[in-house]
Amino acid sequence: MNATEEDSDRRLVVMARQIADFFRSYPEERASRAVADHINQFWTRRMRDEFLAIPGLRDGALDPLLTKAVASIRPGRADSSRDKSGA
Amino acid sequence: MSRIEASHLITEIDYGTPIRMSEEQVSLTIDGVAVSVPMGASVMAAAMMAGTKIPKLCATDSLEPFGSCRLCLVEIEGRKGTPASCTTPAEQGMVVRTQTDRLANLRKGVMELYISDHPLDCLTCAANGDCELQDMAGAVGLRDVRYGFDGENHFADAKDASNPYFTYDPAKCIVCNRCVRACEEVQGTFALTIIGRGFESRVAAGATDFLSSDCVSCGACVQACPTATLVENSIIARGQPDHSKVTTCAYCGVGCSFKAELQGDRVVRMVPYKDGAANEGHSCVKGRFAWGYATHKDRMTKPMIRKKITDPWREASWDEAIAHAASEFRRIQATYGRESVGAITSSRCTNEEVFVIQKLVRAAFGNNNVDTCARVCHSPTGYGLKTTFGTSAGTQDFKSVDKADVIVVIGANPTDGHPVFASRMKRRLRQGAKLIVIDPRRIDLVKSPHVEAAHHLQLSPGANVALLNALAHVIVTEGLVNESFVRARCDMAEFESWARFVALDRNSPEASERHTGVPAADVRAAARLYATGGNGAIYYGLGVTEHSQGSTTVMAIANLAMATGAIGREGVGVNPLRGQNNVQGSCDMGSFPHEFSGYRHVSDDATRDVFERMWGKKLDDEPGLRIPNMLDEAVAGRFMGLYVQGEDIAQSDPNTQHVTAGLAAMECVVIQDLFLNETAKYAHVFLPGASFLEKDGTFTNAERRINRVRQVMAPLGGKAEWQATVELSRALGYPMRYAHPSEIMDEIAALTPSFAGVSYDRIDAMGSVQWPCNEAAPEGTPLMHIDRFVRGKGQFMITEYVPTDERTGPRFPLILTTGRILSQYNVGAQTRRTANIAWHDEDVLEIHPFDAENRGVRTGDLVSLASRAGDVSLRAEVTDRVQPGVVYTTFHHAATGANVVTTDNSDWATNCPEYKVTAVEVRRTNHFSKWQEQNAEEDVTLRRIDRSELQVAK
Repeated sequence: MNATEEDSDRRLVVMARQIADFFRSYPEERASRAVADHINQFWTRRMRDEFLAIPGLRDGALDPLLTKAVASIRPGRADSSRDKSGA
Repeated sequence: MSRIEASHLITEIDYGTPIRMSEEQVSLTIDGVAVSVPMGASVMAAAMMAGTKIPKLCATDSLEPFGSCRLCLVEIEGRKGTPASCTTPAEQGMVVRTQTDRLANLRKGVMELYISDHPLDCLTCAANGDCELQDMAGAVGLRDVRYGFDGENHFADAKDASNPYFTYDPAKCIVCNRCVRACEEVQGTFALTIIGRGFESRVAAGATDFLSSDCVSCGACVQACPTATLVENSIIARGQPDHSKVTTCAYCGVGCSFKAELQGDRVVRMVPYKDGAANEGHSCVKGRFAWGYATHKDRMTKPMIRKKITDPWREASWDEAIAHAASEFRRIQATYGRESVGAITSSRCTNEEVFVIQKLVRAAFGNNNVDTCARVCHSPTGYGLKTTFGTSAGTQDFKSVDKADVIVVIGANPTDGHPVFASRMKRRLRQGAKLIVIDPRRIDLVKSPHVEAAHHLQLSPGANVALLNALAHVIVTEGLVNESFVRARCDMAEFESWARFVALDRNSPEASERHTGVPAADVRAAARLYATGGNGAIYYGLGVTEHSQGSTTVMAIANLAMATGAIGREGVGVNPLRGQNNVQGSCDMGSFPHEFSGYRHVSDDATRDVFERMWGKKLDDEPGLRIPNMLDEAVAGRFMGLYVQGEDIAQSDPNTQHVTAGLAAMECVVIQDLFLNETAKYAHVFLPGASFLEKDGTFTNAERRINRVRQVMAPLGGKAEWQATVELSRALGYPMRYAHPSEIMDEIAALTPSFAGVSYDRIDAMGSVQWPCNEAAPEGTPLMHIDRFVRGKGQFMITEYVPTDERTGPRFPLILTTGRILSQYNVGAQTRRTANIAWHDEDVLEIHPFDAENRGVRTGDLVSLASRAGDVSLRAEVTDRVQPGVVYTTFHHAATGANVVTTDNSDWATNCPEYKVTAVEVRRTNHFSKWQEQNAEEDVTLRRIDRSELQVAK
C-alpha cells in the first residue's frame, strides 16, 4: 500500500468513525443500520469498496459498531473504470 | 401594484407615511372623493390612496411621520387650524380638504422660507430632475421669495466626501430629518444626528466624518434625502438615469430586490425596490453600492486555454475553448474512467445555470460527480432539517421576525452577514423582543444602540451541541416542553428517547459548563426565556454548520423548536441565514452528488425514471463525489477533470495546500468566472462568466423566495453562463435545447414537485414566490410545517456531544474561528474590486488583550498564525471582542490565505469543513509566510496571458 492509499484509508476511517459516533447513542441494531444507510446514501462505490477492504474493519479491531454495520454496507456494484464511455 | 412605469423608469408610489395593517377600515372624504382605508392610516396616506398627492418634504412612507416641514397641512371639517396630514390619523366620517387658498398661501410661505437659504443651482445640481424640493416648489407655484437671497445660508459649509459612494452637502440640507430617521428606523444604526440649534442645525455623523463614523453606508439616508444633500457619487458623476429594471442582488442570502437604474446599458445606481418582499426598500453597502466589480478592468471577457498551468494563457474563440474542454473531458474519461470527471456549481449563479450544470454532469458526463459550494457552508442545514422536519430549508419568511418575542441568534452575525435582515430584526428588538446570542465572539448585536442581548452565551468554539443539549435539558427537566404540540405533531417514541437523553445529568448546564465555558445559571435563564417568553425564533448561520458536528447542531436546534412548539406559525421557526445569494437555490436544483432537484436521492427508481424519460439518458443510481472527495481522488490520480462555475475553491475551501495539490494533479480544470481567480491559476480552460447584471434567471433566498434576475446589459464575454454550459454539453454529445432561461425553469418545474407551479410568468405576476409552489400551494408557501411536518411527524434526534478531533495543546494553544465582515463578501472577488476596500483592505487577526500581552503583540503588529495545516502572516488587532484563548479572522483577501491555516476536519454527515475550530499559535513575526511568498509569485507566473499567440493564430 502506498502513501496515497494509506492516506485515503485513513480519511475513510475517520469519516466512518464520525458517522458511528453520531449514531452510537441509539440501540445497537438501529445504530449499525443507520451507519450503513448513511454510507450507502452518501459514499461512492469506490469509497465503499475501499472502506470494506480496510484491515481490522471486519474483526471489530477498528470499531465494533462499524464492524456490525459492515454487513449492511452495499459493495460498489460496478467497477466504473471498465465503463469509460462517459455518457 | 404600487408602481408606475413612466418612460421605463420605475418609480414606486410614496404614501408619505407607512401603510398600517388593519382589518378595520375607516371611510372619509378627501377633496370630495370618498375613500376607505385601513384604520391607523394617516390622512396623507389616505389621500394618496385616493389619488391625491399632498405636498410634503419631511414625510416618506418608509419612516414614521415627523410633522416638521409644515407643507402637508390640510383643513378638516369641524377642526380648528390646519393640521399636518402626516401626523393626523384618518378617522371615520372625516371630511378633508387638501387644496384651498388658505393652504396654498401657507405652503407657499413655507417654501419661501426653505428656498431663501437654498442654493439656486438647480441646473447644475446632481438632484436635478429627482429633487422633492424642486417638485414642491413647482407644486405650490413658488414664483418669488419675499425674503430675498441675501440672508444667512450654509453655502460655504464644507462638503463631506469621505464616503466613497455618496457625498454630504450641508448647503442643500433642509433639516427634514429624513436621513437621521432612516438611519434610526430603517437601518437601526443611529449613526446620524442633528447637531446645532436653530439655523445652525445640520446633519452630522457624530463628531467625525461619514467614513470614520458608525455609518454602515447602507444608503438609507441617501434614499430618504429629498434634496441633493446626500446623493450618490455616481449620480453626481453621470447624471440621472432614464430607465430601470427590477432585479435581485447577487450578494448574501437575503436576496434584496433592486431597481437597476440605467443610462443606456450603463448602470448609474442600484436603488432598493420597495415592493421587493425580502428587503421592502432597504439595502446594505454591498448591494446598494458595491456593484462596480461588474465592469472592473480585471473582468476576463475572452475564453482562454493552455496545456499546462505553467504555460501562459492563450486567448481563444468560444468554439475553440468549448471544443477543447469537451475533448479533454472525453479523453480523461476514456483514460481514467467515467467517474474521473465532475463539476462544482455555484451559489452565486442562477437556479437555471446550476440546473444545467448538474444536468450536464448526470446526463453528459454520465456520473453524479456534481457538488456545490453549499458543501462548505449549509450542507448540514440540508441534512439536519431534512432528517428532523422532512425538507432542507428554513421554516419562515423574513417578515415572521416581526412577530417574534424571543430571538435566538446562534453562530450568525446578521449585522455583517445579512445586514438587511438584521435591520428588520433590530427593529423588532427595539419594539421589545428579547435577544439571546450564542456565539464565541461578541458580535455587534450583543450590544448596539437600543439593542442589547438579554443573554450572550459566549461559548467555546466547538461546543454548540453541548450548549444546545444543556438548553434542552432545562426545558425537559423543568417541565417546559410544549406537550400538546409534541404529542400532536411529533413522533412520540423518538421524543421520549430524546427527552430521556437530554435529561441525563451529563447534559445539564452544570455538567456542560466544562465544555461550553458558559455559566450554568446563564444557560438555565436563557432556556427558560426561550421556552416561556412567547414566540421563540431561532436564526443561525455558519457558526452552526461549519463544525465537525454541524449537522448534529442543526438537529439539536430543530429539537428545541419542536420541544417548545415553536414551529408552524408566524414569529417562530428555525431559520438558516444562507451565506450566498443562491445557496438555497443551488441546493434545491440538485447540486449535491446524491440527489436530484427537490432533494430526491439518485437511488430512488421512481424519481430517476422521471428524469431519465425527460432527459433521454440512463442515469447513474449511485452517489457521486463530494468536493473534498474529488480533491482526494485527484491526489490519488483517479479524478482528473473538473468544471468549476463561479467558485474559487483555492481560496474558499479549507486547507488550501490540499486543495491546490488536488487541482494541480488534475489534467483539465475548466473555470468559468468573472475574474482570473485563485482556482484559475490551476486551470487549463477559462470561460468568461457573466455578472448578475448580464443575464436572466432566478435566485432563491434564505426564505425559499424565488426572485427574478433580469438582464440589464449584454454579457461582457458574449454569453451568459447557462449558454456556455449548454454549448459544452452539446460538444460532449448531449445537446440541450433552451432559447431562454425561462425554458430551463419550465423543465425544473416539470421535474420538481416543490417547483411545479413556478414559472417566469408567475414570478413576474407575483413579484416573487416561495416554494413549495404547486397545485397544493399555487401562491407559494411563506411558512412551512403549519399543520404537519413535510415528513409527517417531526423527528427528534439524539444529539450526543462529541468533541472535535481538533484539540489545542502546547504547540497550538489557541482556537482560530473565521467569519466575515459587512463590507466584504466571501472570497472578496467582487467586493475587493470596489471602493468597499475603504473599510476593509486586509484581513486582520483579532486577539484578546490577555493573549496579546502574553505574546508581546500590539495592534498593527505582523503576526504569524500557524496551525497543523500551515501558516500565514497578518496584522493583529487587539480586542476583547474575542474571548481569551480564541482568535478570529476573515478570509476575504486571497493574499492573506486564511484557509492555509484551516484543516480537513469536517462535519460527520456532510463533510462541511470545520472552519470554525482550528488549533493555532500566534507569534510576532517580521515576514510573510513561505506560502504567502510563493502565492505572490504564482499570482504572476500562473496568470500570464500571452496575447501575441492570438495574433499569430489569426
